[in-house]
Amino acid sequence: MRKLLLTASVIALGAVVTPASAETVRWARASDALTLDPHSQNQGVTHNFNHHIYETLLNRDVEGNLIPRLATEWYIKADDPTVWVFKLREGVKFHGGQDFTAEDVVFSLNRARSDKSNMRQLHADVADVIAVDDLTVEVKMSGPSPLYPNNITNTFIMDKGWSEEHDVVEVQDFGAGEDNYAVRNANGTGPYVLQSRQPDDRSVLAWFDGHWDEKPAVTEIIYLPIKEAATRVAALLSGEVDIVQDVPVQDIERLSSTAGVKVETGPENRIIYFGYKFGDAPLKSSNVTDKNPFNDAKVREAIELAVDREAIKRVVMRGQSVPAGVATPPFVNGWTPELDAFPAPDVAKAKALLAEAGYPDGFTVTLDTPNDRYVNDEAISQAIVGMLGQIGIKVTLASRPIAQHSPIILNSDTDFYLLGWGVPTFDSAYIFNDLVHTKDGKYGAYNVGLYSNPELDAKIQSLGTEVDLDKRNATIGEIWKVVKEDRVLLPIHNQVLAYAMKDNINLAVHPENQPLLNTVTYGE
Amino acid sequence: MLAFILRRLAQSIVVMLVVALISFMLFRYVGDPIANLVGQESRISDIEELRQRLGLNDPFYVQFARFIANAVQGEFGISYRLQQPVTELIVSRLPATIELAFASAMIALVFGVVLGVFTALRPKTFATGVIMTLSLVGVSLPTFLIGIGLIYIFAVELQWLPSFGRGQVTDLGWWRTGLLSESGRRSLILPAITLSLFQLTLIMRLVRAEMLEVLRQDYIRFARARGLSKRAINFGHALKNTMVPVITITGLQLGSVIAFSIVTETVFQWPGVGSLFINSVQVVDVPVMAAYLMFIAFVFVVINLIVDILYYAVDPRLRVHGIGAGK
Repeated sequence: MRKLLLTASVIALGAVVTPASAETVRWARASDALTLDPHSQNQGVTHNFNHHIYETLLNRDVEGNLIPRLATEWYIKADDPTVWVFKLREGVKFHGGQDFTAEDVVFSLNRARSDKSNMRQLHADVADVIAVDDLTVEVKMSGPSPLYPNNITNTFIMDKGWSEEHDVVEVQDFGAGEDNYAVRNANGTGPYVLQSRQPDDRSVLAWFDGHWDEKPAVTEIIYLPIKEAATRVAALLSGEVDIVQDVPVQDIERLSSTAGVKVETGPENRIIYFGYKFGDAPLKSSNVTDKNPFNDAKVREAIELAVDREAIKRVVMRGQSVPAGVATPPFVNGWTPELDAFPAPDVAKAKALLAEAGYPDGFTVTLDTPNDRYVNDEAISQAIVGMLGQIGIKVTLASRPIAQHSPIILNSDTDFYLLGWGVPTFDSAYIFNDLVHTKDGKYGAYNVGLYSNPELDAKIQSLGTEVDLDKRNATIGEIWKVVKEDRVLLPIHNQVLAYAMKDNINLAVHPENQPLLNTVTYGE
Repeated sequence: MLAFILRRLAQSIVVMLVVALISFMLFRYVGDPIANLVGQESRISDIEELRQRLGLNDPFYVQFARFIANAVQGEFGISYRLQQPVTELIVSRLPATIELAFASAMIALVFGVVLGVFTALRPKTFATGVIMTLSLVGVSLPTFLIGIGLIYIFAVELQWLPSFGRGQVTDLGWWRTGLLSESGRRSLILPAITLSLFQLTLIMRLVRAEMLEVLRQDYIRFARARGLSKRAINFGHALKNTMVPVITITGLQLGSVIAFSIVTETVFQWPGVGSLFINSVQVVDVPVMAAYLMFIAFVFVVINLIVDILYYAVDPRLRVHGIGAGK
């Protein structure tokens, strides 16, 4: 009896010391943030982590809409279309106690667009940043830039005084072997304060009680990078972690049917596509040595007809993808269901088209694919090899890690390749600028196939400065029509993200794969 | 003696230089570090500029010479991936690897010797058959599978032990240890077993073979004839004489345990130098890769040097040979 009483009181004690309002979440991902310096790396995992410590002027919600964060209002200045005005939130404090002011925003935007910053391309059109008063900042652009707010959702605001005090006004130049205080220490305005950090091992964040927003349900975050997928999943199954952000597709079904665990899935803002070489020059990897088969519209149509997107979804992706007929994710301005439609596979017609184009026996070509970058990237490419084999195109697969695939892509040193493209600005112009515009100077960096259409180039350039949004959207529609008819790219699908978690946790999938754990709620 | 050590040291430096040279020749084939350093927004001109700044456009022998010049001054650069000084990264990860390596070496030694002796003394029992068969499994199953298997049995199904990480660590200032906390010790068990399994079977088979050999020797028969107790014969005479090669092998294997803990560390997310290396290879973090390979070469060189010196001290024949060669 006495023992029983004791047990009961222990249980009661346990209930008292764990109030529902103070929750610790153990959050596992495949890799760690690279640095705490917010302007040093332009990389999703790093941004995701830093979003908890630092804040941006604007942010994206889980539907992909722009929402206010440190800025409460933003608009183009009435009498000057080249100036963006940001009204800042009042009463915001940094973790170190400093007040958040316009000076900090000016400092941070300038730091982000400085030479050594990897964020600078997003601010390439900024001419000047001016603090008008304590809570108003004006960003002067080199020309009308209607979409600049889309570019700043990952540009974090640092405290000017703190940065000067610790000599981190400049972004680290690691090429020169410099160490930098901001890489390992942080002072943001975000909902959580960094408590401790061992790279690749664990980082601990605790709620910042001076934060401007409501107190979140999660008051402590333990961030645990677990590289090995099987170990990551095992850690969730054994109850050692609460949320696993990078769930391998083959484990989704098993996890969903496990008691106590649930899986949230949602489309990522990333399109997976194939591209091929344009131009008259013969391909370097083909047995057709006098011309370029891909340059023939009939061949491109035959390839599209040979590809069975639904089969890839079913077999390779185990249902975890959204097949696409246009090279843009549905979140992006310019996407329409009509554009996204794609033809049903038709092998007979594809063969006929190939014969018409002068390749009744097909041809050979090498396909370059990464094997560690996108979900099942190599398996998708293998599926395509089989599908094109059915119409006589003999594809040799060259599979490499992304570190070796990237140089090939950047140097256009491939005839046929797989690539994925995220669209952080949520606007089609971002796709056109890099994938469709002729490769030339600041345009077309990832136009690997060297497609060139001067008419489209002119339209694409006009998008950058067109302030009339209706007119701009009409132009976007025209460009997509040509891109789709010309089959500039062969879109396959949009990736699907999966987060697995204990079933009393609610966390929605974020299209940029940047969930904020202060949005977590508990309960059914 | 001094001349011998100096000569060995000179040879060691050559070994390390060769390791560094070969590494640098190979780094070019690992991939492009820039690919992981820049986002998709970066312009080609920016990428080119960064490449120039990091000195990646120089031919490999120039990069190699620069690396050696810096390394001599103890300067290994900054990690591209984690943006921290490489020496500091390796030093901070080393305790985890060393604790794991020693724990697994201890497991391998203790269980290896015990099982080896047992199977040698009772060669025809059923238990010996089972142990010998299992030892074959231990040698032939990949470490990766063993690790995952143990995780599923002991962490997921039985929930006895943690599946990843080091648990609670205590910072002693210069050494972060997991041995002082219970969760740290519990976390060590599965990875240490996984890492030790190969060495364990190796030592067990070695002990068994040596023991069977020794038990056939005349002095054992004489000992039996004299009526000494079984325990005195088996442990006082036979085992003692089998231990010389076992200690040599264990010492030499310690180097490879440190060097090849890579897979085990990855499976268990053990924050040691092995997992640091794997993460670095994936993103072509040249400064870390170079420093790690130099470090491993150094470990092997030092262990071999110690073994050589011990031989030199123990074996008089070597000494004679040494003087002869020194003439």
